[in-house]
Amino acid sequence: MRPVAVIGAGKTPFGAFPDRDLRSLAVEAGDKALRNGKIAPEQIQSFYLGNFSGPAFVGQNHLAPYVSTALGLNGVPSTRVEAACASSGSAFFHAWAEVASGINDVVMVVGVEKMTSQTTARVSEILAEAGDCSGEMKAGNTFASLFAMIARRHMHDFGTKKDHLAAVAVKNHANGALNPEAHLRKVITLEQAMAGKPIADPLNIYDCSLISDGAAAVILAPLERAHEYTDKPVKVLGIAQASDFVALDEKQDITTFPAVRRASEKAYAMAGVKAGDIQFAELHDCFTIAEIVASEDLGFVKRGQGGPYAFEGCSRRDGARPINPSGGLKSKGHPVGATGVAQICELVTQIRGEAGERQVPRHGLGLAENLGGSGATCVVSILGAA
Amino acid sequence: MRSGTIYTETVIYSAPEAFVNEAPYQTAIVTLDGGGRVTGRIEGDRVQIDDRVVEIEGRSGVPYFRKA
Repeated sequence: MRPVAVIGAGKTPFGAFPDRDLRSLAVEAGDKALRNGKIAPEQIQSFYLGNFSGPAFVGQNHLAPYVSTALGLNGVPSTRVEAACASSGSAFFHAWAEVASGINDVVMVVGVEKMTSQTTARVSEILAEAGDCSGEMKAGNTFASLFAMIARRHMHDFGTKKDHLAAVAVKNHANGALNPEAHLRKVITLEQAMAGKPIADPLNIYDCSLISDGAAAVILAPLERAHEYTDKPVKVLGIAQASDFVALDEKQDITTFPAVRRASEKAYAMAGVKAGDIQFAELHDCFTIAEIVASEDLGFVKRGQGGPYAFEGCSRRDGARPINPSGGLKSKGHPVGATGVAQICELVTQIRGEAGERQVPRHGLGLAENLGGSGATCVVSILGAA
Repeated sequence: MRSGTIYTETVIYSAPEAFVNEAPYQTAIVTLDGGGRVTGRIEGDRVQIDDRVVEIEGRSGVPYFRKA
């Protein structure tokens, strides 16, 4: 396998955009990535689209060529990848594999979701299709309630507290307030985060990520050719995808994500680094408890200690290892199919030192963890300065 | 009917469209005495982790449990 670099990255702001359709968001992100890397559309040899549920959210299928032709990428193989909220992380993994293996040189990945044209109850129902619809979801669960059950058990087994969860929300909102492209730029206090409207006990509205519209794009090329396109290539040092049960009740222990552990172990080995070397990270905080569990499974902190780790400020922007400087899914927003590539965009921006007010001080080595469902898919990517 | 122990639970306030009229309601994962786990609904008193429950009925393939 040959080394691969990100040569262009771009995204739309995340938010509720009633006047925008799915394709226009995807095209905006793709165009920005092309311009970011000074790449002409005809140089793109293959196209991947990460999208969870265009058919249910906006009634459109066959989305990959629908978007790639609008980007002017006429005739290239165009493939949609669906892996719940890890759809575009998985698309990124497959695009990387295509470049690393030498099948193609210049490959574009776009992630997109258009969610806000549906009611919250309908969005919950569409998202629930990423769970086990013959069991857990039929009983009336939502993704919030599945993660609430994970939180309950984590609290029972390790003494994790409600204010530990709230600390994650406070931190991510503080970061997102500095991100001009974030959906909800609002600083909140610990008291507010503790007292939000209940969603599924013990999670309240502040423990939950947002329902958003948005798109993100990156372009990959072999490292040895990266300087043809950009002065600031960012190297993909390690990447892996792993899987696990879709249904929560099939897992032996719901307080850990085995797919996160498997993917991160492989990604660390490929990059030749340890968890302790990672300087900052974008983690999949679809719910506050998910960031806590991921920080444990990635080896940033010991098993069961993710709550105190967040509460003590270790993951704040001024902490030992900042987590979610972008604001995370919580504040930046979570257009589910766009999230994985948006995390990569944040790593690229931070590694290049272009993150403005939210720039983290140590930014040479970053990790992104993109989770699908309640842990059935995970993609871990480790990027560094080339 | 089956019996078991609560492995984890939650009370849902924000329900998906098909269940909006039933909220708030409690769901749980139950570790069955006969082995394995199943996700179901809780009727009657609220339950906590480690509480004992018995299955009272199945509705549309969903097991309903009550505190033992």
